[in-house]
Amino acid sequence: MRPTSALLRKELRLEWRSREVVPAMALFSVTTFVVFHFGLQKDTVDGSLAAGVLWVTLLFAAMLGANRLFVSDAQDGALEGVLLAPVDRTALFVAKAVAFFAFLALVEVVAVPAFYLLLLGPSAGDAVPGLLAVLVLADAGIAIVGALVSGMATQTRSRDLLVSLLGLPLLLPVIIGAARATTPLFALGGAGSLPGKWMAILGLYDLVFGLIAVAVFDFLLEE
Amino acid sequence: MRTLSILTVVTLVTAYALAFFYAPMDAVEGLRQKIFYLHVPLALVALGGFVAGGVLAIQHLRTRDRKWDLRSYVAIHMALIFGIGTLVTGSIWARAAWGHWWLWDEPLLVSFLIVFLLYACYQPLRFAIEDPERQARYASVFAIVAGVFVPINFAAVRFAQEHTHPRTLSSSHNLPGPAWLAFFVALAGMVLLYVTLCRYEIAAKNVRFAMRRLRRRLGEDVVAGRSAAPQ
Repeated sequence: MRPTSALLRKELRLEWRSREVVPAMALFSVTTFVVFHFGLQKDTVDGSLAAGVLWVTLLFAAMLGANRLFVSDAQDGALEGVLLAPVDRTALFVAKAVAFFAFLALVEVVAVPAFYLLLLGPSAGDAVPGLLAVLVLADAGIAIVGALVSGMATQTRSRDLLVSLLGLPLLLPVIIGAARATTPLFALGGAGSLPGKWMAILGLYDLVFGLIAVAVFDFLLEE
Repeated sequence: MRTLSILTVVTLVTAYALAFFYAPMDAVEGLRQKIFYLHVPLALVALGGFVAGGVLAIQHLRTRDRKWDLRSYVAIHMALIFGIGTLVTGSIWARAAWGHWWLWDEPLLVSFLIVFLLYACYQPLRFAIEDPERQARYASVFAIVAGVFVPINFAAVRFAQEHTHPRTLSSSHNLPGPAWLAFFVALAGMVLLYVTLCRYEIAAKNVRFAMRRLRRRLGEDVVAGRSAAPQ
């Protein structure tokens, strides 16, 4: 556990000092809401449209962040330094995924209130606990697949292209599940209940891809 | 290989002869239902090929033998070609049966498109990595992750449509016996076609490797260009 937490501290400290990724992702999200306002020509959205706008925005912001996840490791042989340490490679993956999860959560602290303020129609405030649950499950999936894809693409020549190309189709089940689960929450005239089926699918996705990612990540780091 | 090729041709010809002359005409769909015998086997073989690519990739990572990488590459490459066939025939069928080239509420169509889009990244990923050893390793990781993704994606998309739309392809559930026979022969023929084409591609690649080795030994300066295929 100690190497993992040390690596996680490194990731968070790096982001804290450079403040490069999270502010950019948050700003991107808010700008995208404005773009949606003009693109859809709507002042407020609700129901499935609201869920779609929120999740497409968060997904694209996450792709933006995933692009940068391994950039600092590629510089000055930083990754080699980590690999030289007698540490299980899984620790590196777990640290990356947890750090990415934290970044996503931070971004959502800005993006979700901005979404409520700018776009969401008059739906009840009791959607918040349900939305939090969906956000946690979906973020876990995005963090796992984002970290894996970023690790895969980072050693290639067309890094930024491949992260989005690989990440978007792989994350489609998360978007399907998250959008379906949040649609009743944003329904006009009071939040509906959280559909348990979709939460189960999101949880299953997180579990399966978490296991797969831990199993294959080692192979990405051999030299 | 010759026996396999002949067997493939015979099975496919038998299958489509059965489909056209032995299987009864569909009561609702008529002649256009015949595309079922082409479209569904193509789709099943393409999906099977994608998953097989993942299994072969596991073999590659376990044994570190490059021949498994070549097999995994060929399996996915060929499945992509079959996948294009599936999308085209599916679209034609959808147009003929429902009047639209594309239907978002048909889960099989949608899941297949997602899987296809994901695997369409396989070649760009390989092409973006110059070191052949790393290319093989990364491609295997991709093939395994994507192989697991195939069933999960189908489940998610299927669930998403469950309540909004009844199963449209129900014609396959109450097929008469002769139609089933024709379908299974067509499926067997398609599997044979897939295996035969894969073996031809592997043989062609191996011949090219052997040629290159020989020319190097003769002192020629052979530079292998960048390629998405295993070197």
